[in-house]
Amino acid sequence: MARFVMVIDTSKCVGCMDCVVACKTENKVPEGFNRDWIVQDVIGSYPTLHLEIRSERCNHCDAPPCVYCCPTGASHVHSLGGVVLVEHNVCIGCKACLASCPYDARFIHPDGYADKCTFCIHRVEKGMDPACVSVCPTRCMYFGDVDDPNSVVSKFLASRKYHSLIPEAGTKPQVFFLA
Amino acid sequence: MHELTTTRHNDLVDPVLHIWGWEIPVYLFIGGLVAGIMIISGYFALKGQYKKNVFSSFYLPHISLILLSLGMFSLFLDLEHKLYVWRLYTTFEIASPMSWGAWILILVYPALWLNTLIRIPDRFKNVIPIFDRLSNRINQHPFLIKSIGTLNMLLGTLLGMYTGVLLSSIGARPLWNSAMLWMLFLVSGLSSAAAFVHLITSDRYERQLLAKADNAFLTLELFVIGGFISGLLTSTAVHIEAAHLILTGPFAASFWVFVITAGIIIPLVIQLLAVNNKVKHTPVAPIMVISGGLILRFVIVYAGQFSHYGHQALSK
Repeated sequence: MARFVMVIDTSKCVGCMDCVVACKTENKVPEGFNRDWIVQDVIGSYPTLHLEIRSERCNHCDAPPCVYCCPTGASHVHSLGGVVLVEHNVCIGCKACLASCPYDARFIHPDGYADKCTFCIHRVEKGMDPACVSVCPTRCMYFGDVDDPNSVVSKFLASRKYHSLIPEAGTKPQVFFLA
Repeated sequence: MHELTTTRHNDLVDPVLHIWGWEIPVYLFIGGLVAGIMIISGYFALKGQYKKNVFSSFYLPHISLILLSLGMFSLFLDLEHKLYVWRLYTTFEIASPMSWGAWILILVYPALWLNTLIRIPDRFKNVIPIFDRLSNRINQHPFLIKSIGTLNMLLGTLLGMYTGVLLSSIGARPLWNSAMLWMLFLVSGLSSAAAFVHLITSDRYERQLLAKADNAFLTLELFVIGGFISGLLTSTAVHIEAAHLILTGPFAASFWVFVITAGIIIPLVIQLLAVNNKVKHTPVAPIMVISGGLILRFVIVYAGQFSHYGHQALSK
């Protein structure tokens, strides 16, 4: 069984937002909404400040509260790679999944259903990388199967320091940021 | 310093989550009120009070049906994909409290309808013959009346609990993530229901009985709120921060003034004086209790959406 994860090297990310534009174009994300976004995280006191730039999105959690709380089964885990998806014509727009996501990664599409990053599953099924990964000009984003020890993501996670977002929420996020 | 700058600006999500407007607090309030009314009217059915024509238990199931329908309509208004609402009933998602609630509501309607058949009001008699026949059949078997009473009490308790569990199961919002919330909403629902009966009844004995019951519910509610807050304050940093939203933060004024003082303490004092015959029973106290119950739902739903996990990343 494959388990798709995304690994982002924050030491290479410059926050150019190419990933954001690529996602909006590829997935026809409506104006005013984002499936992925850039966060600049500054910690410390001047002059010893630390800046981390992250490209963030749905974390496709291994313990996804958005899937557990969905009353219709519209939010579900895809059989390919454990990707968390929303079946648009099953979603009633109750917004329980928006409330249950600690990352606030979901939004209500103007057509009425809950929407979010899909890891571009339509591209992945054809053997391509997600749009955001494929356009990154600094090559700081990697996508692959963490269950395959020879995949690039497995090698990075085995050799580099990394963190995930809000691990204390217990959702087991699957987007990792290399320090 | 810790400064976050984000390019995200999704509607209803940024800068602060506000996905649920007035519809959900109203739905939760009416759900709690109906739950309380079901428990009270079920208790009256068990005790044989339906035999007294002036007793409000005579009308409570009918009123509940209307109220519950209003609550369901409010919930429907909140849905963003309204035409797909029927999808709720094509599956049962065991991990989803909302799915449980949808199915509990399906059971509540027939239970309330059966309760209305115990005594059909005179003006509705002989309008639908099958209802009269069913009512006669039920009244020939006292155990059926007791079963309907028990069923209403049981489903009322489930409904009241569900309104709290719906929010408390959402771990991403620390204010809601408390095992006390279902108890708070259940007791608040019972208190609002007792106040509602107190308000509408013309029977003196019943008014006195429900005022006494409401005093007990209001006192219990204060203890439950105490437990709810102390549970948050002794938990993690995000839970402590969430508690301060209603204790000292932007929702503190609504919480202390409208929920605690005007919604519980003042009506409790008035009703204590009334049941001890120091002052007359007036609609003031029950109206304050009902308003307090409604504002409690608004404060909890709005402040809960405001509460969130920090965005700190922990190195591994």
